[in-house]
Amino acid sequence: MSATAGTRDEAIERTSLRARAARFVQGDTWTIALIVIFIGLLVFTRILRPAYGLDALAIAALPVAFAAVGQAIVVISGGIDLSIGSVMALTNVTAAVLLAGSPELSVPIVLLVLLLGLVIGAINGTLVVLSRVPDIVVTLAMLFVWAGAALLVLGTPGGGSVPWLREITSGYLGIPLVPKALIVLLVVVGAIWIPLRRSRLGLSIYAIGSDRLAAFRSGVDVARTKIVAYSLTGLFAALGGLALTASTGIGTPIPGPYLLLSVAAVVLGGVSLAGGRGGLLGPIVGIYILGLIRADLTFLGMEPGLSTVVQGVIMVAVVMVGAYLTLRRQAA
Amino acid sequence: MSELLLEATGVRKHYGAVAALRDASVAVRPGEIHALMGANGAGKSTLVKILTGAVRPDAGDIVLRGQRRAVHSPAEARRTGLVSVYQEPAIVPDLTVTENLALTETPIDAFRAQVAELGLSKLDLRRHARNLPLATLRIIDLARALAIEPDVLLLDEMTAALPADLTERVLTVIRGHRGTERSVIFISHRMLEVAGLCDRATVLREGRTVGVVEMAPGAADEIVGLMLGPAAHGGDGRATAPAGEPPGAVREESPRLAVRNLAAGRSLLDASFEIHAGEVLGLAALEGQGQDELFAVLSGQMRPDDGELRVDGTTAAFRHPADAIRAGIVLVPADRSAALLMQRSVRENIGLPGTARVGRWGMIDMGAERRRVKAAIDRLQIDTRAQSEVRRLSGGNQQKVTIARWLGAGVRTFLFFDPTRGIDIRTKQEIYQLVRELARAGAAVLLFTSELDEIPRACDRTLVMFGGRIVDEMPADRADEPTLLRAAHGLQPMAAPPAGAAAAPGGTT
Repeated sequence: MSATAGTRDEAIERTSLRARAARFVQGDTWTIALIVIFIGLLVFTRILRPAYGLDALAIAALPVAFAAVGQAIVVISGGIDLSIGSVMALTNVTAAVLLAGSPELSVPIVLLVLLLGLVIGAINGTLVVLSRVPDIVVTLAMLFVWAGAALLVLGTPGGGSVPWLREITSGYLGIPLVPKALIVLLVVVGAIWIPLRRSRLGLSIYAIGSDRLAAFRSGVDVARTKIVAYSLTGLFAALGGLALTASTGIGTPIPGPYLLLSVAAVVLGGVSLAGGRGGLLGPIVGIYILGLIRADLTFLGMEPGLSTVVQGVIMVAVVMVGAYLTLRRQAA
Repeated sequence: MSELLLEATGVRKHYGAVAALRDASVAVRPGEIHALMGANGAGKSTLVKILTGAVRPDAGDIVLRGQRRAVHSPAEARRTGLVSVYQEPAIVPDLTVTENLALTETPIDAFRAQVAELGLSKLDLRRHARNLPLATLRIIDLARALAIEPDVLLLDEMTAALPADLTERVLTVIRGHRGTERSVIFISHRMLEVAGLCDRATVLREGRTVGVVEMAPGAADEIVGLMLGPAAHGGDGRATAPAGEPPGAVREESPRLAVRNLAAGRSLLDASFEIHAGEVLGLAALEGQGQDELFAVLSGQMRPDDGELRVDGTTAAFRHPADAIRAGIVLVPADRSAALLMQRSVRENIGLPGTARVGRWGMIDMGAERRRVKAAIDRLQIDTRAQSEVRRLSGGNQQKVTIARWLGAGVRTFLFFDPTRGIDIRTKQEIYQLVRELARAGAAVLLFTSELDEIPRACDRTLVMFGGRIVDEMPADRADEPTLLRAAHGLQPMAAPPAGAAAAPGGTT
């Protein structure tokens, strides 16, 4: 493996920075379009509400952004995880209960909760692989299992948090343009995803989502890769749960609307629900766009019911335009 | 003889009650190009899957370089030095070429050298596999296999759907293995290619290895003989059954369906023929010779790239199966589930084409439908004990329902695509009879079948397709199995039967 990776990295290094940038623009047109939309929306929001702070957006978006990243990974591998909201709730209350009990052990507790997410994901993945029941059915069942477990851990909202969790995610780092929550998100996702994406395991995740048979024949262990993908999703769900603990300061056993938001962000972010295509940056930007649209509609004084309808319409429109552009590019 | 590089003996594999392999063996010497031959269903593909670890055998030994191996996955086979290139390239479409190489841990420089040798030196490795043409992907797949210098390279229909110049390159590269330490197992329907390339051939029939043939002049005939087996070789007399009336007598002015220089997709290159009313025209072909595309075009599922299609003398262009149905042409596919609503009742299935003709908002005349359905059921003797859901019927009865639905709908041209696949022998007979009856009632029938002995039973005349072209045409009473099989492999007719007339156009007198 090392020899292969070596030649590959050299091959990449040999190409100039400009060529790489050109390829990024070509290959990731959708993500760039999303970033442009996001910047446009941001300017619009600032005009509406000059005092609007990026940190509020970043904190509110952090749990959902982790969920979107987790969902994106499993969708890229050709699956889907409907239990992601429940897993967030379970890890959220577990963290809240443990942190309220012994705040001095906060670091081991955080690591333990992350491990819990990883294990839960591995259980989901193993069940999908062993039962051969479609992913959507297994994870739908597990949605109830993990939601019930969350209620067992904590019957009513409660528990606590530690100050440092809130501190690392709120406010700005230096200039008031870079919210800490965004940095945390990018650092954590980057630290996990970039090495993975460059490894054979990361390729395998894309490969089984793109064409299982071709992957199998290329020597990929399809079952193991699938379990790894679900485990990663569980890990990111736990990160989302911790982010909830950090931002609310308590544990809430009833899952929020994170499942549907995560799927929406995945679709908006250019990840194919059929698997094999897309990245993590798109869904993250997607979450920020959804958050801004919601804020803008509120600032415009739209009533909540109508604003939800408008959000849905915007999403369908954006995805349709994207699909149309992709089709046209393929035809050309 | 020296020692063998790869030896598989006594390989057995059952799928439920069906025996895919009963006693297969193959022995490959170092530096040899070894062909694996057999008719459809002889067990070739199962043996390949077992050798490459994709399927586990029930019994049998696989010995590589004198060591017994139990191969459990393609990855493991690869590590033990056995690499295969399949008919559909094992390339992941959403990854770039480079990433695909990383996935199989293939050294890039060796790959580059192989790709250049195969004639694709300008390949951009950063492109996504999805955007590359199929022929290129197959070359990439082969180059990737060659790059790791496997002991045994297994090529399954490697040259199918490759353009001629690339085929020549590939064959040259494969020939380079001769006399080295490494070997090639070569599977191809193209007998000429096999005869020109390989050293020996192992022939499978009905899951058994029935012979190993040294390549020499005349070996192709020996191989075909082994593929057929003793029963079919002697001419067992059943080939004379094509009953009925001479269709030439009732010929119309213009043929019901006429096709000129039809080309579609990658496999259908040039097909021309006519079907007349009251005629059953057979079509014999090995897998993937363009018959799928031909039927897709005729039934309106695919648009032709080139050529002309005439129905009753007027040019037709189908954009949708509904257009073909409107022109009175329907497809009866091999896969019943592609034609029927499996969870609905027999009545609804038979009634469906009729209801499709009712105005969009119109009501269905239930009384008339019930009468029509009953008439169709009676006529076809459909066993309707399990009426409520079509999927609970036997395969044969399902196929009858597929046919029955068109009987009342004014259809005059039937396209049967392997209609008896997986159907028991008695129902098969009933379906042949039905096909004959349809023709007697004035329908034109095109019947493709993968079971060559069906052609003399059901047809008046038959075409043979090979490599996307119609290569032969003969009256059905001359179309015995050996003749068809040879023609379907692209071989010249043997001297023994009246060969001069084999290419005579116009069919029956």
